[in-house]
Amino acid sequence: MADQWSLYSKKVMEHFQHPRNVGEINNPDGVGHVGNPFCGDIMELYVKVKDNKIVDAKFKTFGCGAAIATSSMITEMVKGKTIEEALRISNRTVAEALDGLPPIKMHCSVLAKDALKAAIDDYLAKKGKKNDH
Amino acid sequence: MKRIYLDYAATTPTHPEVVKEMLPYFNEVYGNPSSIYQIAQRAKWAVGEAREKVARLINAKAEEIIFTSGGTEADNMTIKGIVFANKRYGNHIVTSKIEHHAVLNACKWFEKQGFKITYISVDKYGMIDLDELRKSLTDKTILISIMHANNEVGTIEPISEIARIAKEKGIYFHTDAVQTVGKVPLDVKELGVDLLSLSGHKLYGPKGVGALYIRKGVKISPLIHGGHHERNKRAGTENVPGIVGLGKACEIAVKEMAAEGRRLKVLRNRLYKGLSERIDEIVLNGHPQDRLPGILNICIKYVEGESMLINLDLEGICASSGSACTSGLLEPSHVLLAMGIPPEVAHGSLRFSLGRDTTEGDVGWVIEVLPPIVEKLRAMSPFGKKVKSDKYRG
Repeated sequence: MADQWSLYSKKVMEHFQHPRNVGEINNPDGVGHVGNPFCGDIMELYVKVKDNKIVDAKFKTFGCGAAIATSSMITEMVKGKTIEEALRISNRTVAEALDGLPPIKMHCSVLAKDALKAAIDDYLAKKGKKNDH
Repeated sequence: MKRIYLDYAATTPTHPEVVKEMLPYFNEVYGNPSSIYQIAQRAKWAVGEAREKVARLINAKAEEIIFTSGGTEADNMTIKGIVFANKRYGNHIVTSKIEHHAVLNACKWFEKQGFKITYISVDKYGMIDLDELRKSLTDKTILISIMHANNEVGTIEPISEIARIAKEKGIYFHTDAVQTVGKVPLDVKELGVDLLSLSGHKLYGPKGVGALYIRKGVKISPLIHGGHHERNKRAGTENVPGIVGLGKACEIAVKEMAAEGRRLKVLRNRLYKGLSERIDEIVLNGHPQDRLPGILNICIKYVEGESMLINLDLEGICASSGSACTSGLLEPSHVLLAMGIPPEVAHGSLRFSLGRDTTEGDVGWVIEVLPPIVEKLRAMSPFGKKVKSDKYRG
């Protein structure tokens, strides 16, 4: 396949064909579920947190090539980051790291960012509860 | 890498004999058919010949064929032309939920202008509900437009029965036959339709040309005004090479259609059998029998269509999907949804449409390549854990 005629960038294709961090984390510190079946993209993102740092991230995604590639990319980007740093990752950063997405696929990067935020929110909520006791 | 083209319902490669037939009309016989000198008259003659060939394929008279720029124009000409010429008799159009967007969006546009449109439901096979259609008709109904066969799932609609109902009530009946002309034997007299759209590039003719059959006596306004072309029904200098190509494609179809249909049906059934033996939770879409021979539409649960298509493309296989992700829309195929398929299943649809160059080897290759793609994507899918899938089921 000639790259210039590919719908996606080389980087997107590379992550799509060889996605990183596929799967679930046992006893995760945070889980984010986002998307809806009507639009056709569902993401689950799992994080493991140690000393305020994300030490592991995994995902499961039902969706198009861009949805899978952005899930893969964001789980790569987030590892080793503090919670605050992770929350600063924007959907554009994810798209740029993939050398861009077709305009109609930008919502996939939003979904990936939302999945990460949901996982972190879940972690913070659980942590808050623990601290209450 | 070998390319395996299985998207003939989207478009077909132009038949080599069609290309050969068209070539002289670009720079040898380039005269304007409206002019009087010889290269113009030769071009005019060629357009007439092509008109005869198109008419022969559908058992119409040559003067009942109007050349257009394609199926979309033929559909628009019908909806708008019939409304403009007949609106004093009523303001109601009946169509179906599974029409091509050329019909659906023309109807929606009239809806915004205050017209009443009824979109008839279909059953789980994509078959029109005749009862609902009968009940929807009023004395204000001026047009019924129901496609001959659906472009996504291939279900063939009961056109002659609808024609009978329309005739009883004195309502014009149009069918979009873009997917059937040249694929299955079709006779406008037998079907009893008043108008019928067809397109060149779906039957190995060129893109940019199509035709509308208008039964003699039907009152219709032109969509494009200008010179006296096409019996004052469609102005503009004729697309002579395109029209010649469409004529040739129809001539070839007359000869080859029946045998080719039987051949494709065997290959199509083999493809489905092979895939369903190797992939679990796969659903056949469309009518099990009354379906175009070359179309296989399936839903593969827990995986999304576009991600399968990209993987297939990497193996040289061209197919299509009713997933929202492939169309730039936010919802999956309106056809599959109308058939009652849940959205998350509709997103996992694949359409393979077979044609002239499809071989047994091609079908075998898809059967070999697709199962591991599905397995890989299912391993990534949160729906893979079936217990959890209910959570997302609206």
